[in-house]
Formats: sequence, C-alpha cells, structure tokens
Amino acid sequence: MAENVVPRVRVPRDAKAGDSVSVRTLISHPMESGMRRGSDGNLIPRQIINRFTCAFNGAVVVDVEIHAGVATNPYFQFDAKVDQSGSFDFTWYDDDGSVYTETAEIAVA
Amino acid sequence: MTQTRRQFVGNGLAIAAAFFGLPHIANAATLEESIAAFTGGSSAGADGITLIAPEIAENGNTVPIEVDAPGAVAIMLLAAGNPNPDVCIINFGPAAGSQMASTRIRLAGEQEVVAIARMADGSFKQARQNVRVTIGGCGG
Repeated sequence: MAENVVPRVRVPRDAKAGDSVSVRTLISHPMESGMRRGSDGNLIPRQIINRFTCAFNGAVVVDVEIHAGVATNPYFQFDAKVDQSGSFDFTWYDDDGSVYTETAEIAVA
Repeated sequence: MTQTRRQFVGNGLAIAAAFFGLPHIANAATLEESIAAFTGGSSAGADGITLIAPEIAENGNTVPIEVDAPGAVAIMLLAAGNPNPDVCIINFGPAAGSQMASTRIRLAGEQEVVAIARMADGSFKQARQNVRVTIGGCGG
C-alpha cells in the first residue's frame, strides 16, 4: 500500500438540470513507473494507479485505463452531464490491489 | 519429497524469473503495437480531434495535456518517445458531458504526443504534437 494516498475531487455545489459540469480529480500517489533505479542501483518495482472511474448516480462518466506514462499524483479533468441531484462516485485502483474511493454530492435545480 | 539445496535455489530462481521477467517483456510494446491494439489496424483521419500540449515543457515529470474529440467513445494518449509509450485510455460513458479530458503526463525527452479517438461510428481520428522537454521525466 502506497503511503499518504489522499483523493481530492472538486465538483460544483449546484447546477441546472441538463448542464455539463466540470469535474476535477486528483489523488496523491507516487505512480512509481518501474523504470527508475533506487540508490542501491536496483529497479524500483512498478506501483501505479492502473484504473480510474467516475460514475454519476450509477452511470459511467469516464473510465480511464492508466499506464506508467501518467504523472505522479494523477490528475484528471472532464465534463459530466447532470440531469438530477445525486452523487458522483470516484474510484481509483492501485497495482497492489488497494481501492481508493471518494464521493461528491451535487444539487441540481 | 526431499529437496537438495541446489534444487531449492534453482526453483526459487525460476519462480523469480517468472514473476519479474515476463511481465516486463509483455509491457515493452512499441508505439505501433499500441496503436494497432487500439485501432485494430484501421487508419485514422486527422480532423475532429484537438490535442493541446505545451510546445516547450520545462519539466517532463508533469506535462499538462488536454484532448477534445466531440463524438468520441474513447481516446488513447501515447508518448512516442517514452520507454513505454502507453499513457492512458479514456473511455467516456453515458453520463459524460463532453468528450474532453485533461491530465498530466510524463515525457522522457523531446518527442511527439499522440492522441487517437475512437468515434461512435467506429472510425478513428488522430492528432499529434511535438513537445520539447527541458528535463526528462522517466528517471535514469
């Protein structure tokens, strides 16, 4: 388990029905690529977030397959269409099997 | 069954090789192989996809990239000059507000960033942009 993994998401507090809202997500994670060598000269084993998903009221917004080319503390910004109040569910999947989740509520008028 | 010390060490080495050796080989796909796996070998048109990347990135460890392809169902990002060119594949679901996403990627050096979008009708769109990198982002 990577240390100090903290997911952070930002969605608007409210929106109009049918609006497209901008969602920003970031999770602090070293994203060890498996290409670097440690001070002892050995390769540091790969450990990255390999998948990220966002769903709104159960409907998929984005599902991202992630490889080692994504930077440390993977950041994603995208748009979601909201037609009613509800919650966003964010899920990050780690190479070591850990799953990190976060939710965010939005009120739709 | 009794094991000699020599057999025990040999088995251990074989298991270690299976664990550490094979996945590494499987990961070392070339740019063309990655593209072919995504497109199934069909060629990609050029219009209808916008890739926004900086012309000069000071730090290759984190390069902001934005890609916009209206009507796409999935967008693949590739870094042609990285040891492993795969960056990410963004699949858009029914609740996506637009087929736009931005993220931050690693670049080992000056190279081309490639974005390929799979459209709803099964066709593909491609955009490329060259990025100059002052400090590489892949260690070593």
